[in-house]
This record gives sequence, structure tokens and C-alpha cells, in this order.
Amino acid sequence: MKKTHIFGIIIIAIAVMIIIITAGDASTYVTFSEAMKMAAEGNNKKIHVVGQLKKDGEGNVVGLEVTEDKLSVSFMMIDNENIEQKIYYNEPMPPDLQRSEQVVVIGSFREDVFVADKILLKCPSKYEEEEIKL
Amino acid sequence: MVHTLAGNIGHLFVIISFVTAIAAAFSYFKAEQLKSVDWKHTARISFYIHIISVLGVVAVLYHIIYHNYFEYHYVWSHSSRYLPFYYKLSAFWEGQEGSFLLWIFWHVILGLVMIRTFKKWESPVMFIFSLVQAFLVSMILGVVIINLKIGSSPFLLTRDVINAPVFDINPDFIPENGSGLNPLLQNYWMVIHPPTLFLGFAATIVPFSFAISGLWSNRVTEWIKPAVPWALFGAATLGLGILMGAYWAYETLNFGGYWNWDPVENAIFVPWLVLIGGIHTMLIYKRNGAAVKTSFILVIATFLLVVYSTFLTRSGILGDSSVHSFTDLGLSGQLLLYLLVFVLLSIYLLIKKWDNIPSTEKEITSYNSEFWIFIGATVLSLSAFQVILPTSIPVFNSILNNIGIETSMAPPADQVMFYTRFQIWFGIGIAVLTGIGQFFWWKKLEKGKVYQEFALPIVISLIISTLVMALSGLRDLSFLLLLSSGIFAIVSNSRTLLKLSSKNIKLSGGAVSHIGVALMLIGILYSSGLSKVISLNRSGMSYSSDLPEEVNKENILLFQDQPVEMDKYKLTYNGRRIKIDGIGGFYKKDQFNLLNNKYYLTAKEDILKGDLITVSKGDTLKYNPENTYYEVIYTKENGSSFLLYPRLQENPDMGNVVSPSIKRSALRDIYTHVTVVANEEKEWSETEEQEVQLGENFFVNDFVSTVEGFKRIDEVDGIPLEEGDVAVKAQIKIQGKTQDYFLEPIYLIRDNFAARIPDENEALGIRLTVLQIIPDKDALVLGINTTQKDYIILKAIEKPFINLLWIGTLILMIGFSIATVRRAKEIKKG
Repeated sequence: MKKTHIFGIIIIAIAVMIIIITAGDASTYVTFSEAMKMAAEGNNKKIHVVGQLKKDGEGNVVGLEVTEDKLSVSFMMIDNENIEQKIYYNEPMPPDLQRSEQVVVIGSFREDVFVADKILLKCPSKYEEEEIKL
Repeated sequence: MVHTLAGNIGHLFVIISFVTAIAAAFSYFKAEQLKSVDWKHTARISFYIHIISVLGVVAVLYHIIYHNYFEYHYVWSHSSRYLPFYYKLSAFWEGQEGSFLLWIFWHVILGLVMIRTFKKWESPVMFIFSLVQAFLVSMILGVVIINLKIGSSPFLLTRDVINAPVFDINPDFIPENGSGLNPLLQNYWMVIHPPTLFLGFAATIVPFSFAISGLWSNRVTEWIKPAVPWALFGAATLGLGILMGAYWAYETLNFGGYWNWDPVENAIFVPWLVLIGGIHTMLIYKRNGAAVKTSFILVIATFLLVVYSTFLTRSGILGDSSVHSFTDLGLSGQLLLYLLVFVLLSIYLLIKKWDNIPSTEKEITSYNSEFWIFIGATVLSLSAFQVILPTSIPVFNSILNNIGIETSMAPPADQVMFYTRFQIWFGIGIAVLTGIGQFFWWKKLEKGKVYQEFALPIVISLIISTLVMALSGLRDLSFLLLLSSGIFAIVSNSRTLLKLSSKNIKLSGGAVSHIGVALMLIGILYSSGLSKVISLNRSGMSYSSDLPEEVNKENILLFQDQPVEMDKYKLTYNGRRIKIDGIGGFYKKDQFNLLNNKYYLTAKEDILKGDLITVSKGDTLKYNPENTYYEVIYTKENGSSFLLYPRLQENPDMGNVVSPSIKRSALRDIYTHVTVVANEEKEWSETEEQEVQLGENFFVNDFVSTVEGFKRIDEVDGIPLEEGDVAVKAQIKIQGKTQDYFLEPIYLIRDNFAARIPDENEALGIRLTVLQIIPDKDALVLGINTTQKDYIILKAIEKPFINLLWIGTLILMIGFSIATVRRAKEIKKG
């Protein structure tokens, strides 16, 4: 076998390794029930869950608690299968959390609670470009 | 009056430039195929008209932005009346259409240079240029053919884009002001970063055109010589553009650093890596005639990756996975078509001509520089592959969903962790290889002598590394390796540089750039790998009773005027500040009267700088009401202190946006941003009435207070009183914990009616109103309201040796420039 071939094989091997590790490390979008199943099986991989804040009939957010030192927050989230789950977030409450239309939490279950490492919010734009101010 | 003429002229220029680009492409194609001078002549004239019309489009777009023609949607949505001219330049390329135009503009400049300097290559190279131009111009064409939208024109009228009732009543209505430039982009880096980046983008077309022309006209090795300096020039500008963007992000955004592995960042980083790989293989060819095939692949891949990154960032496919992709203009189909055209064209030509490309079957030996450089190019390509693969996850999802397979792949949960885990090893590899490669490049070595020659740099590097490690307490294995390989690269390349400087300094481009890269790697290692959250408080608290695990909080809460210990510092939050245009420094808002126009205010009192009056009482000043700065004083144990002003913008487009304030010093930066601030609109308690005598002590919100006296005043907030008015200012002292505060509420009598102007203190959360004056008792009735004290939640990060990154960047740019000049001179020599 020529040296170039060995070289080529090594490169391909590294590339394949990158693909496999990437596929293994890529997170997934799941629902809370799937996430709980994963946690029960001992899979602690960080996952994405999409949902909304829990609201009462009048559209007020319920179940949102900010700790006394204001440095962390917990809230109730409802995923796309209508399952409710308490989320802990060890960062100050993002200012736009309450008016968000959609929340993506990235994290994992620890015991019975979901600990979010990162929260992505989709908010209605404060001004709609369609309206021109006179 | 609606200025329709300008837009019509602009649109006409767009159409002419599109038609002439196609005409030029077709004629250059014919000229190359038939070797016809006539066709070439026609092509050249077409391209010249194309250049003129592109310049026309640019001029018209800048004209309508500069003159605030808000009847145009592009102007209305990206600019505003209050922008200085340099931010109007930023407004020019803030939108997709304008940034395409910027790219097109650089292509015509480069095209002109090509026609003038490369006569032998003109037809095939300019065919590629014109073809790319036709595609790019079509992105701003703004023509609809049977429900098919081709491009989006920057010359659309506001009334044609937006359905507002006002246009039904009055079609000639012109909005008074534009909705403005995104305040995050109102930064000097955003004036120069996009043109630099797009020049880098544009420059990648040159080596690509030469490569394709080489295949097409069967000059499969001759293309490399003219392509090399352009590839170097492209790598320099693209690299500079990327780093300017990183620096802007570091100064302006709050994700805690200069690089976040965001898809948009990755999308331009990858072509840059591949281009650098391509430069190295081309240099191998110039040295010994090998690696032509690899050069073809890498140079062509660079341009295709640029087109791919355009597709990623502008088609909307990244969706939520990126913080800063462009808005979707519904042109993803068009972008995809271009991507496919160029990919297929390149693959077709490569396959067709593959067997014509020479490949040397020389023995590969590790004693050749070419071997090490080739490995280096391979490492760069693998590194690029590792970045582009996860970045494309949204694309894979979209493809799979289109063919009916449901997927739920998400980008990595912690991007920074994910990428650095791989990239640090590529970094180590690159550092080691630059050391070895440069070494062999200048010195052919016998087998036995290698160890002798390498012994010195290795020993020196090991000594320095050990010292640095001992001093900085590095522990992680990959960190240790990156540090020592970086130091090895600097030592080895410095030795080469020293030797070259006595012979011919013009040849030192490689050594200089590699020193720059090594410095950058060490700077990145320290500033990112060893960055430390210093606002950490090990609270010993847990998430909740459900989850007893202990957590550390990464933020601290600061109430106004209450010092808090943090790391080596004592921090005090002093309150909110604003910035005034044209005069330096930060001011309290209550030093000014607000006006109806929210961008202006007037000074209540003279403002002094030393002994000089910078602002006189009553002067009208301009400011940006969206920005609030939070003054925080850092005091060290030895008593020295510095101020930081982290900023919060209430940005109508993006919600609240925080920007850091950075204390820079030679060895480390202290990076500070607010995470959350108290609501500015306070909720006051109900008024509590209290009768107080002059000089008597009383309590307000637990603070000892005294009415020290009254003072007749002749004007209120700079407005003189009318005849018959009587106004009195009460002077009340409140003894705070660290200092005394004075409040001066005003009581005014006009036409037998009393008016009361309260005074408040943010730090104490107290508002006092004089409700009544009882002259015979020397007493007054005070109305007292209290509120939550102002506070901020702040995060502070220490970034050691970040200056190495910026210094390394400059050195890399110097290295690229030296190499570009040298290789450009080689073309002239023929």
C-alpha cells in the first residue's frame, strides 16, 4: 500500500469520527415525557424542550417565582403535548420572559425537576413594522 | 412630495447592470470558446457599462438614504433623520439588499483590476465574474414574473410594502422619520467591519475564477501563480473582517466574549480556514509542483463555502439557531439555485478535466517541508469540516423533512463547549506544524541533523512553557499542550524570522504570520479557556427543597449606594446615567429637563469640566433616550478605584439589550455587564403626611432627616416666575449610611393656588413633597412616599491576556501583507 493511501485512510477515519461524535453530541428537541424517560434510563444528555409559560384564563403568568436574592427563578412551563413541568433556572429572570410567546429550555432533568442551563425566548416585536406612526 | 424619480433611476440602473452582466458573461464565454477578439471587445464594453450602472445603483441608494427619503421602504426601515453620515453608511448595508450591493460593488472594482492586469486570462476569468455578478444583481432585481419573485429591490416605496390606512387616505404621505438603525449596529466597528468582510468575500472569487479558468482553458497549473497573491489578499481581508466582527461582539454584545460559535460566525470562519489551507497547497505547488489537485479542490471549495454561507445566513434556514441572521426576504429558492449551479458547474469541470491535472508520485518524506505543510492544510480542512457539520444541522433537518423523514436534531446544547473540545486539538496541531513547516521550508536537512537543529527550540520552548505554567497554574492537559505548542511555534518561527531578517526581510511573510497565529492561539487559550466569573458567589444555597444540590450563583445583586465585596474588589452601584452627544462623560438624567422631542433635552445648570463650562444652563442637547448606563465603582483593597458603565438599551426591535463595559489593562480585562435592572417606573407607597418643624429631627424610611431651611426662589426649572407668584424651596437633609443627601421640594403659589413640585432621591427610594407651609409655627407638612431602592444585577468576568489575541491578529495581518506583496511581485516578473 502506498503512503498516500494510508494518509487518505487516516483522514477519512478522522472525518468519520467527527461525524459520529457530532451526531452523538447533537442535542434533540423532545417533549417532557420523552425527557423524563431519558432521565429514568440514566441519559443525562442536554435536550431542547419547546413550550410556553403556564397562564391563567386572563393570560397572566402563573407559577413564576423569583428567589429573594433575585438571582434565580423557577417557573411552570407547558410543552407541546400539554404536559406541565417546573423549570429551575440558576440565572436572574430574563427581562422578556413574561411576555414571551414561546420558550425553549435547554437542559436536563435532575431528580424530578428540570434544570435549564439556557433559555431561548421568542417575543412579539414591541413595534410592528406594519404600523406607521403618524 | 414623493421622490419617485430617484427610485426609478435606481431601478433602471439595477436592470441595466443585470442585463449587461448577462451580456458580458455570454460574450466572454463566446470569446473564450471561439478565441474571438470581437466577442472579447463586446464583452468588455458590456462589463464597463455594468460597472457604471452598479456605481449608479450605489450612488442612488446612498442619495435617498442621505437625504432622508422615507417614502422609500429601505430608507424608512434602516435609517433615521438623527443619524450622523457615517451611520447612514451603516444603514446602507444593514439590510440584505444593501449588503448584496456592497458585495456587488467590490466585485466590479476587482473585475476592473482583472481586466487591466491579466490580459491572458481575461475571457475565462471575467466570464466567471460576470456570471456571479448576474446572480448577485438578480438578488436585488425586484421583478415579479408570474408569481415568481426574483430579488428584492432596495427602491420599493414604503406605501407599496406596507399596508397602512394612511396610504389609502393620502398616497403621497411620507413618514416623518425612519424607524432607524438598530442601535447595536451604531458602533464604529459596524461602519468598517461589513465593507472589510465583503471585500474578503469578494476577493475569494478571484482564485476561484482562476481555478475554473485553468480547468476550462487547460492551463491546469498556470493559474496558481496569479491566484496566490489574491488568495493571500482574500485571506487577510476576510480574516480582518472576521476579527473586527469578533471585537465588535466583545464590546457590544453580552454573551461574554468575542466568539460564540454562532452559525453566522461559523459560516464565514469555515471558508477562511479552507482558503488558508488552499494557500498552503498552492505554495507546495510553487515549491515542487505537487498538490495541484488538492489546490483545485480547496480553492474551489472556498468560494462554494462562501456561497453556502450566504445561503445559510440569508435564506432564513437557521431560524432560531442564530442570534444574528438576516431577515428572510423569501428568496431562499433563488439562493439555493445559485448554490447548486456553482457546485454542479465546479464538479462537472473537475471531473471532466481530472485526468489532465498532474500529480507527482514523488516519495513522501517527513524531511520535506511540503509534507508538513500538506499535513497542515489537512488539519485546517478537518477543522473546517468539524465546524460546518453541526452548523448545518438545520439544513439536514430541512432536507430530511422535505423527503418525509421526521427529525428532531437540535444544535449542540452548549455550543462553546462543543466546538472548543475539538478545535483545541486542531489548534495544537496547527501550532506544532507551523513550527516544523517553517523550519524545513528554509532549510533542507539531512536525517541525522534534524534532532540537533530542533533540540534548541524545543528546549527553549519547554523552559518557557514550564515557567508560564508554574506562574499561571494551568492544569488541563489540552491547555498545557496548546500553550507549549504555541510557545514552540513562536520560538521556532522567531528563529526563522531572525535568520531571514539578515538575508531578505521580504521573504518573512510566513514566519511573521505564523507568530501571529501562535500568539492568537495563546491569547484565545487564556482569555476564553481561563476566563473566570468573578461575580461568582458560593451561596451554599440549593435550587429548592426538591433539589438539594448546591449551586453557585454567577451574578450579584447591587442596591444603589450599598457596597458589596466581590473577588478582590468592593463594588458600589452609583445609579443611572445618560450620555450626551458631542460632550464626553456620563450624566444624571435629573441634571436636564426633558423635551417633547424625545431625542433632545436642556441643561438645568451649567456643566463644568474642570474650570471650563462645557454646557451652559438652558442649552439644548441631543441624546439617545434608549441608552441607560449604570455607574459602578470598583475599589481595590489599596484604595485605587475605577468606574465602569455597563449599558442597557431599550431597543424597539430586539427588546432589552445589554452591552458590557470593559476595564482594560495590559494583562487582563474586567468585563462587566448588567443582567437585570430594576424597573425604571417605580411604584410609590401611599403618601404619608408628617408635620415637621424647622431644625427638628424626624425619620423618613428609617433615615434621620432634618428640615434645614427655606429659600425664596425666582425661577423654577429655569423658567422665571410670573408676577405675583411666590415660590419656596425647602432644604431637607437625609443622613444616609455613607453620605448625606439633600432634597429640595418646591412649593409655589400662583393666583391663590398652590403647586407642589416634589423632589426624589433614587438611592434612598424617597420622594418628598411640601404639602403645606405653616409660617407661624416655622413648620411644614411633608408628604412622604417611599419605593423599592434602585438595584442592578451584574455579572463580571475576568479575561486574562486577551491582548495577545489582538496583538496576534495585527501581526498576522502584517505577515499576510508581506506575503501578498512578495507574491504579487512574482507575477510581474512573469
